[in-house]
Amino acid sequence: MSYQTPMSRVIGLGSAKEGVGHWWSQRVSSIALIPLTLLAILPLGRAIGAGRDAVLATYADPFNALVMLLLIGVTFRHLQQGLQVVIEDYVHHRAWRTGLLLANSGFCWIVGLAGAFGVAKIALSA
Amino acid sequence: MVEFNLPKNSRIVAGKTWPKPEDAKNVKAFRIYRWDPDTGDNPRVDTYFIDRDKCGPMVLDGIIKIKNEIDPTLTFRRSCREGICGSCAMNIDGLNTLACTKGIDEISGDVKIYPLPHMPVIKDLIPDLTHFYAQHAAIQPWLETKTATPGTEWRQSIEDRKKLDGLYECVMCACCSTSCPSYWWNGDRYLGPAALLHAYRWLIDSRDEATGERLDALEDPFKLYRCHTIMNCAKACPKGLNPAKAIAEVKKMMVERTL
Repeated sequence: MSYQTPMSRVIGLGSAKEGVGHWWSQRVSSIALIPLTLLAILPLGRAIGAGRDAVLATYADPFNALVMLLLIGVTFRHLQQGLQVVIEDYVHHRAWRTGLLLANSGFCWIVGLAGAFGVAKIALSA
Repeated sequence: MVEFNLPKNSRIVAGKTWPKPEDAKNVKAFRIYRWDPDTGDNPRVDTYFIDRDKCGPMVLDGIIKIKNEIDPTLTFRRSCREGICGSCAMNIDGLNTLACTKGIDEISGDVKIYPLPHMPVIKDLIPDLTHFYAQHAAIQPWLETKTATPGTEWRQSIEDRKKLDGLYECVMCACCSTSCPSYWWNGDRYLGPAALLHAYRWLIDSRDEATGERLDALEDPFKLYRCHTIMNCAKACPKGLNPAKAIAEVKKMMVERTL
């Protein structure tokens, strides 16, 4: 039972004054992923099955290595933002939501960084 | 949290089937959601039969006939019977619409009528729209100005007035907001398509001087950005408006002021 007015309920804690950056970033990253994926697939396809030296040579090329690093970075940024929206949409229990949002960020940062580290290691070891 | 099952006391049970009219050739069945807050019973779906030869063409004519001639306890809102008051919004044949502008002959099979989805029900086909109306009031649906009020009137060019077409026609029937999954799951915080369409109507009004403050109040992951362009709002709107487009325009304005 609460005598809170309907208007007070709607206003809640007021506007968070954020959201436009997240929304714009999701759009930009989704479009950026199209050329990045295409550019990354070609050298990756050539390197697969071509032997260790060929793989090292492929990613010793700074262009290929940078495209792969960008692809990993943008993909995990996009994944994190997309999953964040899904969690905000569907998980309403406050503790669960906060935990899942943190877990989502943690997962994307760790896996993304591990991928980037892997590319850097290959690129710099040739 | 998303709910896949209704709460136990909201589950629909079999209802009463009323007798068919005698000597009727053109009979249509109406299956209508019933819930009475005074009995404590679960909601049920009652079946009524209408002689279409003795009934007006619209779904509203049908349920008024039921209330007048078969079951006076059937409860629903109605007023203008011509799609301008927005009172008789309900879920008919699976789509939110106005009973007064939906033809019975547009529906194949039985006419299934439920209250607007995912709203608290007051009785039968009457949802509680208190929160929905408060959301509309919260976007301040009136002209806000800082310049001293002119002696005669705030002037607006014909081109600027045209920008309000497709927005001012909204009758606040709530068909759009209650068709929106984002509004179902987060309606406590998400303003919903109807309130956001009205917000845009004032954002692009050339006479309004509170555009920045209006955008400030809307910029929020929940108030505005729960819209994922699902487009149920545009499909449901009985006035043929497109709230999703209005919301997209608001999102564009948000980006515009940062770039």
